Amino acid sequence: MLDIQDVEVYYGAIQALYAINVSVQEGEIVTLIGANGAGKSTTLRTISGLVRPRRGRVRFMDKDISGLPPHEVVRLGISQSPEGRRVFSNLSVFENLEMGAYVRSDPEGMASDLEQVFGLFPRLRERAKQGAGTLSGGEQQMLAIGRALMSRPKLLLLDEPSLGLAPFLVREIFGIITDIRSKGTTVLLVEQNARQALSIADRGYVLETGQVLISDTAEELLASEMIQKAYLGE
Amino acid sequence: MLGSIYALIALGYTMVYGVLRLINFAHGDVYMVGAFIGLYAWRYLGLPSEEGQAQVVSTAGLLLMMLIAMVGAAALGVLIERVAYRPLRRAPRLTALITAIGVSMLLEYGGQLVFGTTKQDYPWLAGTVPSSIGSAAGGSSGISIDRVDVIILVIAVLLVVVLQIIVHGTRPGKAMRAVAFDREAASLMGINTDTIIALTFIVGSAFAGAAGVLVGVRNHYVEPLMGLTAGIKAFVAAVVGGIGSIPGAALGGLIMGLSEEAVRAFYPELADAVVFGVLILILVLRPCGLIGSQTAEKV
Amino acid sequence: MKGNRRHLPTVAWLALMAPVALALWAAGSGLESLLVPYYFRIILLSGIAVIAAVSLNIVNGFTGQFSIGHAGFMLVGAYASAGITMFARPFTESVLRSAHVPDVMLMPLQFAAAIAVAALAASIVGLLVGLPSLRLRGDYLAIATLGFGEGIRAIFVTVDAVGGASGLHNIPPLTSFVWVFLGVVGVIITARNLAASTHGRALFAIREDELAAQAVGIDTFRYKVLAFLISAAWAGVAGALLAHLDLGIDPRSYSFMKSVEIVVMVVLGGLGSVTGSVIAAVGLTWLPEILRPVAEYRMVFYSALLVLLMLLRPRGLFGRKELGLADLLGKKKTVPNANRKEGG
Repeated sequence: MLDIQDVEVYYGAIQALYAINVSVQEGEIVTLIGANGAGKSTTLRTISGLVRPRRGRVRFMDKDISGLPPHEVVRLGISQSPEGRRVFSNLSVFENLEMGAYVRSDPEGMASDLEQVFGLFPRLRERAKQGAGTLSGGEQQMLAIGRALMSRPKLLLLDEPSLGLAPFLVREIFGIITDIRSKGTTVLLVEQNARQALSIADRGYVLETGQVLISDTAEELLASEMIQKAYLGE
Repeated sequence: MLGSIYALIALGYTMVYGVLRLINFAHGDVYMVGAFIGLYAWRYLGLPSEEGQAQVVSTAGLLLMMLIAMVGAAALGVLIERVAYRPLRRAPRLTALITAIGVSMLLEYGGQLVFGTTKQDYPWLAGTVPSSIGSAAGGSSGISIDRVDVIILVIAVLLVVVLQIIVHGTRPGKAMRAVAFDREAASLMGINTDTIIALTFIVGSAFAGAAGVLVGVRNHYVEPLMGLTAGIKAFVAAVVGGIGSIPGAALGGLIMGLSEEAVRAFYPELADAVVFGVLILILVLRPCGLIGSQTAEKV
Repeated sequence: MKGNRRHLPTVAWLALMAPVALALWAAGSGLESLLVPYYFRIILLSGIAVIAAVSLNIVNGFTGQFSIGHAGFMLVGAYASAGITMFARPFTESVLRSAHVPDVMLMPLQFAAAIAVAALAASIVGLLVGLPSLRLRGDYLAIATLGFGEGIRAIFVTVDAVGGASGLHNIPPLTSFVWVFLGVVGVIITARNLAASTHGRALFAIREDELAAQAVGIDTFRYKVLAFLISAAWAGVAGALLAHLDLGIDPRSYSFMKSVEIVVMVVLGGLGSVTGSVIAAVGLTWLPEILRPVAEYRMVFYSALLVLLMLLRPRGLFGRKELGLADLLGKKKTVPNANRKEGG
């Protein structure tokens, strides 16, 4: 479904990605794990079109999407919940979800997706009229994910959804990610919380200083001694 | 009401600042061009005039002048954005600011070339002609001036209400607010941010164009440098109200206009000093303006 | 930091000044008799523009604070200096005479005093403006300085004792090539020495990241006020020189547009680049004169050119680099890169 081929990305003179290769099959949950600055977010930003690769290609559903502007990438069916949530605090919760559905023009479909999102995150329904800025961190994370779902994406990119959340909320969020996949949305998940991410993922990529170090099934990675030492804190 | 004029111009400053964090110095000159577009439209298109009075425009004629001026100003605004600001989206903010100043000068000097450097007479609005000039007898001039101010105020209030409806009730309006808050996140929603920014320039410039026509029928003259001071004051009004906030800009405009007129009545020379004094005072006491939110200044 | 060894210490500069000033005075009067007065005047105006631009660069370029009220400080300097050379003249002259100062030195000494008073007055006003407004950040500071610049002009216009709206006239013609040259050299030395000092590095730190500067213990507010003071003082000098070149003060010509012109010079030259400011100031002073043949189109050209230059060179002509002799001779030098690592 998604194929990242030999992608290199620079910020000014600094190289952030070195010939990265990542692929995601339809229906999978794939996770990118690695330390701060390993290039995980940059990979997602490249897919979404926020940064342009200097070399290499990003293919989605057999179409070259490298270099497309972000709003066209969304139209093709890839949406992202960015790092740090970045909900529109000056808009209400409901308006945030409306913005998530900005590319769509089917009122019935949007209404039913809204119900789905409210089904996943009942708290958002209670606060629909509230300003998004008044939500707690966990609620904002739910809003960010719900907002990304509102475009009914084929592929959902999640950047650090567990960042700064209390442990019980982290479990809740990861449960919901599994739900999302079971409803037919493919997920590419970036996480620092490697154990949790691998426990729900099918496959994982370990990134280090802008390169793919290892890629394998989630079970193999969880079992690997080297991964345990470096990323699972054992 | 000078205040409602300032308010209309201030809205454009505040909206553009909202989406681009750019003080659009050329905005005051778009207002000037709008005033001239209205004037030429009235002169050459034979817009409805009051019967037998060549220098008087009827209310319907005024609305048509405004409409044409708004369309023309919007076109100019979007052209400026496209040519001068869009290429600098990723450049340092000061660069865009200097470019805006350059565009402003270009419009001022270009305006002097095209429109001439002298003041040009603007038509009177029907029913507001003082007896000494119009043919109708009777009625003190004080009352007639009030009438034009009332009409200006009503139009300004209507426009602000329309703007509020656009920004809070329509999809592009909400997208505008989303872009103002976080442009990158907005683009991840599938919002074409360039289109929304262009739209912001269209709306803001149209309002400036309307203000240009209104000030023309109020003062009965226009000139190519009229955008300079009015622009600065309207911008100050936007800051006083809290830049980025639409109700703030409207309120700031009214406050600026009222305080200027009040001081001018007693100490004409001090009016500007007081206006800028008020500005500094408000900035020091309430750094984000009266209705401003704490927009995160990048530090 | 590069370049410490390239600069002479200030004391040595001062010792060199006396003979150099004499030579200059001769050269200046030679130049004056050689050139058409019109061109000579533009040379002096360029010098004054350099003083204004380089001093503004200390605030806008070095410290990263955005001030657009520089003309206000120039106006303060202009009035203050005119106060000395016009109104206080009988008094200062009697003082100087009683100290047995020879007659030829009377006017230069008075003018020196006038310039010093101009610098002092402008820096006092700078302090008064800076203390409240430098707590503001970014655009808000810009607007506060704009408000100050316009406000101070509005105040002078209302005071009838200094001529009100019609301004001051009959200011003695004291600005000569030597004074302007000394001013230019002085402001450049000030800026370069500041850049090479610890104070300068504190200013750069504020420009790069004010919070981080604060976190490492820099009293950012104090340094911002300091930069503002130095900058205002030199603006006062520029104002004094301009008033004694124009032989009058027209408050209208010290408006917001004047401040903007100076900002344009600084940004066009490259924020933080002293040589950039110098070249842009001279260039932009000459440009309208060069464009004179196209008569009424010249300011249209001027502004179009400005927009074009910014579009083509978004970081100014020189960025943050300095142009030195070494560059002119074709030697390449690397400028330390301030790129920060961005997270992935």
